[in-house]
Amino acid sequence: MSETALNTLQQRSFFLRNPSVLVFLAILSLLTLGATLMSEAFGIGLLSTSFIKTLGKTLCLCLIAIAMDLVWGYCGILSLGHFAFFGLGGYMIGMWLMYERTKDIVVESLAGQALPPTPEEIRDAIGTQIFGVVGGSEIPAIWYFADSLAVQLAFVVLVPGVLALGFGWLAFRSRVTGVYLSILTQAMTLALSLYLFQNDSGLRGNNGLSGLQNIPGLTLVPQAVISVWFLWASALALGLGYLLAAWVVSGKFGNVIRGIRDDEPRVRFLGYPVETYKLFIFTLTAVIAGIAGALYYPQAGIINPAELAPIASIFLAVWVAIGGRGRLYGAVIGAALVSLLSSAFTGGQVPDIPLGFATIQWVDWWTVLLGFGFVLVTLFAPQGIGGLVDQLVRKGDR
Amino acid sequence: MTSFTRRAALCGATALVSVSLFGKLAVAQEETIKIGVLHSLSGTMAISETTLKDTMEMLIDQQNEKGGVLGKKLEAVVVDPASDWPLFAEKARELLTVQDVDVIFGCWTSVSRKSVLPVIEELNGLMFYPVQYEGEESSKNVFYTGAAPNQQAIPAVDYYLEELGVEKFALLGTDYVYPRTTNKILEQYLKDKGIAESDIFVNYTPFGHSDWSKIVADVVALGADGKKVGVVSTINGDANIGFYKELAAAGVSADDIPVIAFSVGEEELSGLDTSNLVGHLAAWNYFQSADTDANAQFIEAWKARMGDDRVTNDPMEAHYIGFNMWVNAVEAAGTTDVDAVREAMYGQTFPNLTGGTAEMLPNHHLSKPVLIGEIREDGQFDIISQTDPVPGDAWTDFLPESAVLKSDWKDLGCGMYNTETKTCVQIKSNY
Amino acid sequence: MRLLILCLLSASIFLTIRQPVALANDLQPVLQENASVIERPSRQTAGIAIEALFASGAAGVTHFLAQWRDKQVWRTKEDGIFYFGPDARGDIELVDIDTGESAGTVSSRDLVQVKPNSGVRAVIDAALVRFQLSDPDPTVRAVALDTLERSADASQLIPLRASIQEETDPDLRSRKERLEGLLIISYGQSAEERIAAMERFKGDTGIDVRAAINPLLATRLEVAKSLPGDKNVARTLVPGRDIDLDVAYAMLVDADFAPAPVTRADRNAALVSHAADGRIGAILLETLNTEAARDAAYQSLAETGKVPPTVGAEERGSLLANHVFYEVYAEPDRAVTAAAVGTLNSINRAVDLNQLADLALDALSLASIYFLAAIGLAITFGVMGVINMAHGEFIMMGAYTGYVVQQFISNYTVSILVALPLAFAVTFAAGVLLERLVIRHLMHRPLETLLATFGVSIALQQLAKNIFGTQARPLTAPEWLDGSLAFNDIVSISYIRIAIFVLAVIFFLLLLFILKRTRLGLEVRAVTQNPSMASSMGINPDRINMLTFGLGSGIAGIAGVAIGLFAQVTSELGANYIVQSFMTVVVGGVGNIWGTLAGAGMIGSLQKIIEWFNPSNTLAAQTYMIMFVIIFIQFRPKGIIALKGRAAGD
Repeated sequence: MSETALNTLQQRSFFLRNPSVLVFLAILSLLTLGATLMSEAFGIGLLSTSFIKTLGKTLCLCLIAIAMDLVWGYCGILSLGHFAFFGLGGYMIGMWLMYERTKDIVVESLAGQALPPTPEEIRDAIGTQIFGVVGGSEIPAIWYFADSLAVQLAFVVLVPGVLALGFGWLAFRSRVTGVYLSILTQAMTLALSLYLFQNDSGLRGNNGLSGLQNIPGLTLVPQAVISVWFLWASALALGLGYLLAAWVVSGKFGNVIRGIRDDEPRVRFLGYPVETYKLFIFTLTAVIAGIAGALYYPQAGIINPAELAPIASIFLAVWVAIGGRGRLYGAVIGAALVSLLSSAFTGGQVPDIPLGFATIQWVDWWTVLLGFGFVLVTLFAPQGIGGLVDQLVRKGDR
Repeated sequence: MTSFTRRAALCGATALVSVSLFGKLAVAQEETIKIGVLHSLSGTMAISETTLKDTMEMLIDQQNEKGGVLGKKLEAVVVDPASDWPLFAEKARELLTVQDVDVIFGCWTSVSRKSVLPVIEELNGLMFYPVQYEGEESSKNVFYTGAAPNQQAIPAVDYYLEELGVEKFALLGTDYVYPRTTNKILEQYLKDKGIAESDIFVNYTPFGHSDWSKIVADVVALGADGKKVGVVSTINGDANIGFYKELAAAGVSADDIPVIAFSVGEEELSGLDTSNLVGHLAAWNYFQSADTDANAQFIEAWKARMGDDRVTNDPMEAHYIGFNMWVNAVEAAGTTDVDAVREAMYGQTFPNLTGGTAEMLPNHHLSKPVLIGEIREDGQFDIISQTDPVPGDAWTDFLPESAVLKSDWKDLGCGMYNTETKTCVQIKSNY
Repeated sequence: MRLLILCLLSASIFLTIRQPVALANDLQPVLQENASVIERPSRQTAGIAIEALFASGAAGVTHFLAQWRDKQVWRTKEDGIFYFGPDARGDIELVDIDTGESAGTVSSRDLVQVKPNSGVRAVIDAALVRFQLSDPDPTVRAVALDTLERSADASQLIPLRASIQEETDPDLRSRKERLEGLLIISYGQSAEERIAAMERFKGDTGIDVRAAINPLLATRLEVAKSLPGDKNVARTLVPGRDIDLDVAYAMLVDADFAPAPVTRADRNAALVSHAADGRIGAILLETLNTEAARDAAYQSLAETGKVPPTVGAEERGSLLANHVFYEVYAEPDRAVTAAAVGTLNSINRAVDLNQLADLALDALSLASIYFLAAIGLAITFGVMGVINMAHGEFIMMGAYTGYVVQQFISNYTVSILVALPLAFAVTFAAGVLLERLVIRHLMHRPLETLLATFGVSIALQQLAKNIFGTQARPLTAPEWLDGSLAFNDIVSISYIRIAIFVLAVIFFLLLLFILKRTRLGLEVRAVTQNPSMASSMGINPDRINMLTFGLGSGIAGIAGVAIGLFAQVTSELGANYIVQSFMTVVVGGVGNIWGTLAGAGMIGSLQKIIEWFNPSNTLAAQTYMIMFVIIFIQFRPKGIIALKGRAAGD
C-alpha cells in the first residue's frame, strides 16, 4: 500500500482502525433492541419497568465511566470529583422538571379561582409547593430560568463545563499533579455536596429534587413507556459518547494525552502546551458527566447532595480500574458489571449462604468482598477485566 | 452481641425471610400475603432502620403464630435500600411490581419517603411510615404512624412554656428537612405565644457533627439577658452523642438549661453514658419505661429475640400499632386490596403500648398521647407528663399557607384541601 | 407567682414555729385534700398545694416535700392513699407517710408514681430554700444557693442577708454576698443602692451579672406623634434605617394613626365581591390576570367610592415622617438605666476579649484533634509518597479497640491506660500488614496505592459494621476527665479536650525526638529525601517503609481513642475525619511534622473563625473552609512548609 493510500485510510476510516467501536455500537444497539422487545411497554413484558430503569441508569453510569477513563485512563488525571459534574447535570435538568411539573399542578388548582391567576400568584404558589416542604416559600434566584427547558438544557452542559474549566485552570496552572490533584478534586466534590446540603443553597438541601420521573406534560404516559424512552436516550448518549471518546483518543491528540499520562515533563519539553491539553480533557469529560447525570436522575427519580459525596466518585474510579483503564470498553464493562452486581447483591437477589453456625448475608458482606476484591484486582490484574479481554483477543490473533 | 451472631440467631428463628427470585418461585406452592420491608440495612441510616426491620420480622412471626391473616401466612420481603435515596424509589418499584407485595412498611428519613412517594402513588401501593416527621404532606397511599409536629414538637414547647417557664429558645438541629420545617413551625408558634424573634436562636449542623464546643458555649451565653433558656433539639442520630458529651462537660445541668430532644430515644442513649444527662428531656409517643402489661410483653418478646441489651423505642411502637391496624383492616375488608384496606383503616383502633387507644384518622395520621420523659441514669426515660390522645395534623395550623389546608381521604378524598377556596389543590402529594 | 411564694413563705415561717404544737396532725388527710394537684403537679399549681400543706400545720411537711421532689412518693390506684416508696419498678416497698412504718409491698403497676417535673421541683426547692440557707450542713446551704442562683426573687433578699452574718464557710459567704448584690440590682429599694451594686460588678464577665443587668435595659418599641418627655426613652428610630418601613407602617396602623393598607388578598376579595356577570363595571374579569390590571380595577372601584382607597406612597411617607418611633426602657428610672449601660459597656468589652480567648481555645483543641488524625498520614505520605485512604479506618479501629477494652476492664481510668497502647499496637500491626501485603507491591504507582487502600477502607468499614453493629458504641472517659476547666463563665474547655491536646503535644514531641535524635529517625529522613541514595548507604528502605507505615498507623489508633472519647464511636468515625486529615497534610506540606502542625493549626482555627462569623450554619463553615484550601493550594502548591532543594524531589 502506498503511503498516500495509507494516510487516506487513516484519515477516512476511523472505524477501520477502531474495530472495537463498531463491535461496541453493535452490542449496544442489540442490547437496546432486545430490552425494548422484552419490555412491558413495547414488547413481551419479560423485563419489569424497574429493571428497564436500572438498565437505563447503568448505561448512564457507563457514560460517566467513559469520561472517567478518558481523564484518568488516557490522560492520567485521577479525578476523584467527576460525580460532582454528574450531579450538577442532574440538578440542572431536575430544576426544570420540578418547576414545570409543579407549575402544571398550580395552574390547574388556581383555575378554579374567581379571578384568573396572575404570574405573581403562580410563582408564589410554585414557591410554596416546592420549598414549603423544606421550610421556605420564596423561589431562589438560581431558579430564574427554571421554566425554560432550553436554558436548563444548556446549563446541563455549561454549569459542569464552567466549573471544570475554572477548577482545572486553577489546578493545572499551579502544576498540581498526582495525588495532590486527586485530593483536591475530592475536596471540590465534598465542598459542593456540603454546600448543597445546606437548605440555604436554594436547591432544597438534603431533600434535593424529587419526583423527577414524572415528566411535565407527559403525566398520562405510563412509566413503563417513559422508562423505555429514557433507555433509548441513554443508549444514544452512550453510543455518541463512546464515538466521541474513541475519536478523541485515536488521532495525534490521543497520542499527546497518552504522552502526558506517561511522562508529563517530557511532553512539555517537546513543546506541547500540556496544561491546555489537560484542561480540555478535564472540561470535556465534565460535560460528558453532566449529560450522563441529566439522563440518569430522571430515571432515578430523585437527586440529592449525598449523590455528590466523595465516595461516589471514588467508586467511579474503582469501576474503571476493575474494567480496565486506558480502554474505553473496559470502563463500560467495569461500570456495568460492578453497579449491576452491587444492586443484585444488596437487593437480596443473591441467596444468602448458610454456614451452619452463621449465615453470610450478602447485604453485610458484599461491600467487604468488593473492597478486598478491588485490592486483588489492583495488585494482580492492574489492567482490569479489559486487560484480560485484550490478552484473549491477542491470543486469538496469533 | 455482635450483629453477625445476632442475625444468625434471627435467621434460625425466621422461616421465610430471604428475598430472591428463587423465593418468588417457592411462593407459587403456598399462597402467602407478602409484606414489603423497606428499611436500610446498610449505610448511614442502618443504625436506626435495622431495628425496625427486626421489629417487622418479629411482628410478622408473632402474627403467623396466631395463624396469619385471612387464613394465609404472612411473608416478609426484606430489601435493602442502603441509605441511598434514589434506591428507595427503585426498591419500592421492585417490591410493588416484581415482588407484588400487598403492603410496605418502611422509610425513616423524610427524603427517603419523598423518594418513594411518586412510585407508590403511581402504582397505588400502600405504605406505613413509622417515624416522627415534619408534616406538610398527605399521601393517599401512606399511613403516617409516627408523630406529626402537633403530636411532638408543639406539646413539647408548651411544656417548656408552661411547666419550665422557658423564655428564650435555642432551636438546634441537623440541617435537613425535618428540623428545618419543625423549627419553622415552632418559630411561628413561639411568636404567636409572645416570644420575641430575638429570643429564638437557631443553629443547623451537618449530619454526624462532632465538634460541639462552640455551639454549646453559644447556648450558655444566651442566658446573659436573664431569661430562662431552653434548648429544643432536632439533632439527628450519632451527632447527639458528641452534643450531649459536650453539654455534660460544660457542666450544663438540666435545671439550668434543659434540652428537649425529638430525635433522641432509648436507642440513641444506649451509645453513651447518661449519668451526666439526667433530667434532660425527650418528647415521644412511647417510652420503654411505660409501665403497662402490653409494653412488658412487647419488651420481653423483643429481648428474647434480639438479646437482653436491646431497647425498644418510639418508631417500633409506631410499627407495632400500624402493623396490627393493618392486620385488623385486612380482616375487616376480607381482602388485601389496597383501596379496600385503606377504606377499612379509617377509624381502626388499637391499644397503645403506653395505655390508652390509638385511632386512625381520615387524614392518615394516628391520635396518640404525647409523652415527655426525663433521662435517667440507666439510659431510660422517666415519663413525667402524658397528655390525652392528640389527633395528628398533616398540615400545621401555625403557618398561614398550611393553616387553610386540610387532609381528609375518607369523605373529601383529598389530601390537600383548601378550606378557604373549597377546592382540592392536588390529589397527588407534594414531593 | 412571686407574691404567692412570698405569702406562702411567710405563712410557713409562722407555722414552723408552731410545729411542735401541731405534732398530732397527720399529713395524709391534707394530702388527700390536694390529691389531684400532688399526683399530677404543674408549675402553676404546685405552689398552691405547697401553701396548703404548710397552712395545714401537719407534721413532716418539709420531709414530704423533699421526698416528693425526689420522686419517692407513690399513690395506690385502688384507694388513692399516698405512701413513700423508692423510685423503682416492680415490687415497691411502701412506707406510711405519717408513721414512717412499712406498709407492705405492692406491684408498681397497681400504683401511680408521683413524679413532679423539673419545673415543679424548682418550685419545691424554692419553698425549701428558706430552711436550708442557715442549715448547719454546708452542702445543704450550697444546694440552697444553687437554687437561688437559678431563680431568685425579691422575697429572698432579706433571708439571704440575714444568713450572710452567720455564714462561716468563706466560699459560701462570698457566693451569698455576690448573690445579694445581684438581687439588689434587680430588687433593691432605692436607686442609689442599685447603682452602687452595679458599680461593684463593672467588668465582671459572669453570666449571672449580665442576667441581672440586661433585663433593666429591656426596651419596648413605641410610636407617638411626638417624643414623650415622661418616659425613659432609650433611642429614637428612623424608619427605613433603623426600622423596616412596612413594620413601621404596621405600627402606625396598630396605633390607629394611619388607615390599614389594602393587601393583595383584600384587593382580590373586593374585586371578587364587586364582580357580576364576569365583569366589574366595564372591566372583564378574565383580563385581570396581571397585578397591574387588578390594581387598576381596584382603583376604578375606589374612585366610585365602593371600596376604601389605597394609601399612596406619598401619603405613607408623610405619615411615617410625622410620627416618632422610639424605644423605651421598661425601667423608669433614668439614673438606673444610665448606670446599667455604663456597667454593661465595661462588661461587654471584657466579654468580647474573653470570647476571643475562648475561640482561640476551641481552635487549639480542634487543631490538636486534626493534628493527631493527620500526623500518621503525613508521615507515611512524606516518607513513601503514598496516600493511605484506609487511614480513617485505622482511626476507627483505634476507637473500637478502646470500646472493646472497656468491655473487659470496667475501671475507666485503667481501661483508657490499657486502651491507648493497645490501640497503638493493633493499628501498628494492621499498618505493617497493609504495607507488606499491598503497598509494597505498588511502590511506584502512587495513584494505584490510593485506590487499593480505598478498597481496604470500604472493606474495613463494612467489617466494623458487621462485627460491632451499626449503633454507636460508648467509649466513656474516666471520671477525672468529666467536666471542664472554666476560667470564667465564657472561657472554658473540657478536660477531655485538654487531654487530647496534651496527647497531641506528647506525640508531636515524641515524633520530633524520634525523627531528629534516633537512628531510626535519621534513616527515615534519609529515605524521605532520597530512597535510592539511602539504600546505597546501607539503609534498608523496605524495613524503614514498614516501620514508618506502622508508626503512622499506630498514631491513627491513638487518635481514634482520643476522638472516641469526645464524639461517637461508629464505623464512620474515621471517614468523618479523613478529608480533614488530607486537607491538613496538603495545607501543611509533606514530609515535615512542623508542616502538619502548621496545617492542623491553620485548618482548625480557620474553621472556628468561619463558624464565628456565621454562627447559625456550621455546614457553611466547612464548605468555605474547603474552598479556602483549594484556593490556598494555588499559591502554595507544596503546602505551608515545603521541602526545599533536592529534598523536595518531585
